Amino acid sequence: MAQQTPVSNDTANDAPVAQDPRLIVTRTTPAGILATLRRRIRGGELGPLPVIVGLILICVVFQLLHERFLSPQNLSNLTVQVAAVGLMTTGVIMVLLLGEIDLSIGSVAGAASAVLAVLAVRVGIPEWGAIAAAAGAGLVIGILHGTIFAKIGVPAFVVTLAGLLGWQGVQLQLLGSDGTVNISDTGAIAALTHTYFVPSFGWGIAVVAVGVFVAFTLVGERRRAAAGLVAMSPLEIAVRSLALAVPVFGSVYVLNQYKGVPLAFLIFVGFVVAFDLMLRKTRYGRMVFAVGGGAEAARRAGINVDLIRISVFGLASMLSAMGGILLVSRSFSASLDTGAGEELMMAIAAAVIGGTSLFGGRGNAYSALLGGLVLGAITSGLYLLQMGTPVRFMITALVLLIAVTLDAMSRRSRRVHARGG
Amino acid sequence: MSTPVLELSGISKNFGAVQALNQVDLTVSAGEVVALLGDNGAGKSTLVKVIAGVNPADSGDVLFEGQQVSINRPADAQRLGIATIYQDLALCDNLDIVANLFLGVEKTAFGALDEVEMERRALKLLDSLSVKMPSLRVPVASLSGGQRQIIAIARSLLGEPKVVLLDEPTAALGVAQTAQVLDLIERLRDRGLGVILISHNMADVRAVADRAAVLRLGRNAGDFNVEETSYEQIVAAITGASDNPVSRRSERTPATRTEEA
Repeated sequence: MAQQTPVSNDTANDAPVAQDPRLIVTRTTPAGILATLRRRIRGGELGPLPVIVGLILICVVFQLLHERFLSPQNLSNLTVQVAAVGLMTTGVIMVLLLGEIDLSIGSVAGAASAVLAVLAVRVGIPEWGAIAAAAGAGLVIGILHGTIFAKIGVPAFVVTLAGLLGWQGVQLQLLGSDGTVNISDTGAIAALTHTYFVPSFGWGIAVVAVGVFVAFTLVGERRRAAAGLVAMSPLEIAVRSLALAVPVFGSVYVLNQYKGVPLAFLIFVGFVVAFDLMLRKTRYGRMVFAVGGGAEAARRAGINVDLIRISVFGLASMLSAMGGILLVSRSFSASLDTGAGEELMMAIAAAVIGGTSLFGGRGNAYSALLGGLVLGAITSGLYLLQMGTPVRFMITALVLLIAVTLDAMSRRSRRVHARGG
Repeated sequence: MSTPVLELSGISKNFGAVQALNQVDLTVSAGEVVALLGDNGAGKSTLVKVIAGVNPADSGDVLFEGQQVSINRPADAQRLGIATIYQDLALCDNLDIVANLFLGVEKTAFGALDEVEMERRALKLLDSLSVKMPSLRVPVASLSGGQRQIIAIARSLLGEPKVVLLDEPTAALGVAQTAQVLDLIERLRDRGLGVILISHNMADVRAVADRAAVLRLGRNAGDFNVEETSYEQIVAAITGASDNPVSRRSERTPATRTEEA
């Protein structure tokens, strides 16, 4: 292990802030950062690395095969296309973190889309009210699933399998014999996926997002240093900030080349960021991870495991319902097959491809963004190459298999390294 | 002996037709290590679950610092200041040391987790216990069995408990790791905590316990001052007879008397 470089700290000279000799983590030098990275990879902590590499590979391959793949128009369409399933993926990730599965998300999205269309068109309440009601319906459905699972003890697999059937039945019943309800193409629902922001707004959001990240990182690391803990070096802060700034500003630049940043993508990314913060920075998120890592340990630590489970299923179904709302918005209609197609499988696949473990307790909200972009890029690229659904399914299956294999391998690697201390 | 911090009297617990505990009494004072002994099925684990609030007693009185209390849920026990450390199932493997130490009692600032404060206090706590860890930010899955047990014990101290229950803390540990855990138990006693130690290992009991309370078939079968009591007397109480397999074996082979029960 490289020699520990003391953190220079002018303000705390009087307080003893000597590095703790027990900590083997050397993060203050470039060599130390590399060593940390190597140790993580060996220990099965792959993080987002495989999926980022995969995404870049996919983009390069499709760009070589078709010159319009990386065009602003195609990328802009891609970001709108991934938003609906992306929201559903964000919900699935919450459930996967618990070590459970939700098979009902497609049907819940479908049922919510029917609720939305029937309320907005047939009943005629204001569209914003219908959107809120549809999302609320999702929340209630999820709480119902969660309660049956947590309180009665029916396996989540079975509860949501029943949901898969049952809520699709509700969807068909609501839509009735006509089968399709068309919505206004100028209302609030349609605006969700057909609104693009002017370039300056996109730049503003990018500046604020990166600025907030840098500010919080600086303040946080200064506090760590002041408390005598291992803090990031200025170099690492700069690298991390750059790693965020480049994709953020890059995306805004590319999207501004076409129509601007789409509202739908902003909603999706907003939910991903919000859920990431909730999972990593709040007590609630910590409890979700704890229940996923060891429900019995969590219970004995005084965590209300049932409440966590019910709330996670509630949130997951609410996000599925929002995904359903975006599906309606994009196609200007709620139909019998809204959410009844491949959405369920794609949402779960995206979560796993993005790096969230199927075994519970490991993962993050950004899996939804990364995994969604990978699947969206494959769909978009194959569409440009005029290859149909058969090829897409096979390639998606292959990518999913690779992701699950990586997950299982890193899990085994963690086990092998587990008792090494 | 000072006033008992925890005093159980007449505790009974049935599981269907099985009477797991029958009128059991147990007391522990501050700064005292009480070993809870008994053969398999004697009711040790059931009694621990009663105290921890996992399985409340059917009848009986619990006095905590002289006050009548009822412990119906784990949260009740925690609030009183009774910390229970289980042999397993105590830690979440996917969370790091700091997260595990503060599980359920996370520190927050402005609604967000205060990782800096938690890590600082974790370092301080582990320092005060003279515990050495490679890093506080590794998942506990990567720690050794002894380190995990120490983390589990250290975690219970964050709630400033008055009584600590340890369920077979050394059962799966090697020699050096067992010594570390026994050192830690002595430090708990020196801090003035009441410690209830459940163990099958008579060597451990003789090393750290002040008193030994023996259960047999769900009833009290003796309460001994460890220093003044012979190993044979305690074994006789555990097995219920002075003529038992352990004593017969030690008569046959007096030179190689084992300390394991």
